[in-house]
Amino acid sequence: MSEVKYSKEHEWIKLESGVATIGITKHATEMLGDIVFAELPEKGSNVEKDGTAGVVESTKAASDVYTPVSGEVVDINQEIVDDPSKINQDPENSAWFFKLKIKDKSEMDSLMNKDDYDKFAKENNT
Amino acid sequence: METKKTSLYQLHQDCNAKFVEFAGYQMPIQYSEGIVEEHKFTRNHSGIFDVSHMGQLFIYGGDELIKDLEKIFPLDLKNLKLNHSKYSFLMDKDAGIQDDLIITKIDEGFLIILNAACKDNDFKILKELLKEKYKMVLDENRSLIAIQGPKSSQILNEDVDGVKDLNFMSGNWFLFDNQKVYITRSGYTGEDGFEISIPNNFAEKLTRELINKGSKLAGLGARDTLRLEAGLCLYGHDLDKDKTPVEANLKWAISKERISKGDFIGSDIIIKQLNDGVTKIRVGIKPEGRIIAREKTRIFNQSDVHIGEITSGTFGPSVNGPVAMGYVENEFSKKNTKVFLEVRGKKYAANICSLPFYKKSYVKGVNQ
Repeated sequence: MSEVKYSKEHEWIKLESGVATIGITKHATEMLGDIVFAELPEKGSNVEKDGTAGVVESTKAASDVYTPVSGEVVDINQEIVDDPSKINQDPENSAWFFKLKIKDKSEMDSLMNKDDYDKFAKENNT
Repeated sequence: METKKTSLYQLHQDCNAKFVEFAGYQMPIQYSEGIVEEHKFTRNHSGIFDVSHMGQLFIYGGDELIKDLEKIFPLDLKNLKLNHSKYSFLMDKDAGIQDDLIITKIDEGFLIILNAACKDNDFKILKELLKEKYKMVLDENRSLIAIQGPKSSQILNEDVDGVKDLNFMSGNWFLFDNQKVYITRSGYTGEDGFEISIPNNFAEKLTRELINKGSKLAGLGARDTLRLEAGLCLYGHDLDKDKTPVEANLKWAISKERISKGDFIGSDIIIKQLNDGVTKIRVGIKPEGRIIAREKTRIFNQSDVHIGEITSGTFGPSVNGPVAMGYVENEFSKKNTKVFLEVRGKKYAANICSLPFYKKSYVKGVNQ
């Protein structure tokens, strides 16, 4: 069974047989407003836990996207680069950002479950 | 200092506005539909903007006031017809822009619309320059509501009969609910539209009437993307004290007749720059990809030499791509010059382009 976890930087991560799919949360998209630009990591590159792995820009401002775990980028979602408005439409499903072959599953342990994240997002509504 | 609220604050709240502090005011940056939708609705239909934070300065006087104001503004005010408006600037002696503004000739004198962040300082400067000879009122009892977009004329005319006959950059007094409102056909979005100066107590009523007729509120976020697509400057970003109107590529707003005499504040520098040219100049900049270059982004030439800076940049919803303005060294200001923008450490190709990014559709001479 796959589990979805959440980071304090408002990313979600879903782990399925050693491959993690990562995107930004609905709460993040609501704070950002209309997303008009997305930049993703390069396929084949390695990213480190809590490091920058992309950028999203709304009409208002630019915001870094962090990776909640380390790993090798095995796939990226070109559709959101071509049409960034898809991120606002379906952020926690079809508008995923990138997939990682993860290095260390224990990095998932410090992340939040849905209930904890919802509470966290409510308290940090900025 | 406590942040001020406009007379539409409650209405903004009712419409789920997200607020930001802007020039000491709580202002709506967007409503629930978001900047892109508000922008597009304004271009296709009509958007209502609360711009009550802007200064409405009434200066009362006759021929002597006209002469005194001509010593300040580079305008041919003695030939400005009653109820006609001009875009201009308040400059310092070095022609640095202290504010940009719209000045309208009214019966009793002039009405000047000033930027919110500058209005108190402008008032002080003008009072000193005019040596307190004239009655000056920076009116806090009136709100300023803009309605912008192709349907504005039809919608506003239902509430205020006769506005549809106004020409672009002209105005008049009208009645709304037995209140005197001053309406000009103007705006800052690149669309046909109106700005309505109305007593505070009636601003919400008028705005609700306009919403009932199909118009929608739009926030400062959409106002910014609209004005940037229209190639219009935002004070504090594209214009400031370190830039002159010639450098800002706004020499069209300086009266030729007044340049020949050269007897206004900053005229020495203006004339010198018009004759000798300038070293930096404001241009439109279009990134080649989707990258957004925001304010303070550094601009480089093809030999990787730093040649300027972006002063405004965003994503233009109607252009469906990034748009920007900035200042570059004069020799790189020609249309189609290739430049590079440094964003997050990488250089991205862009081209100098003519403004506006989005073609205006102002109504000119409906009575002619």
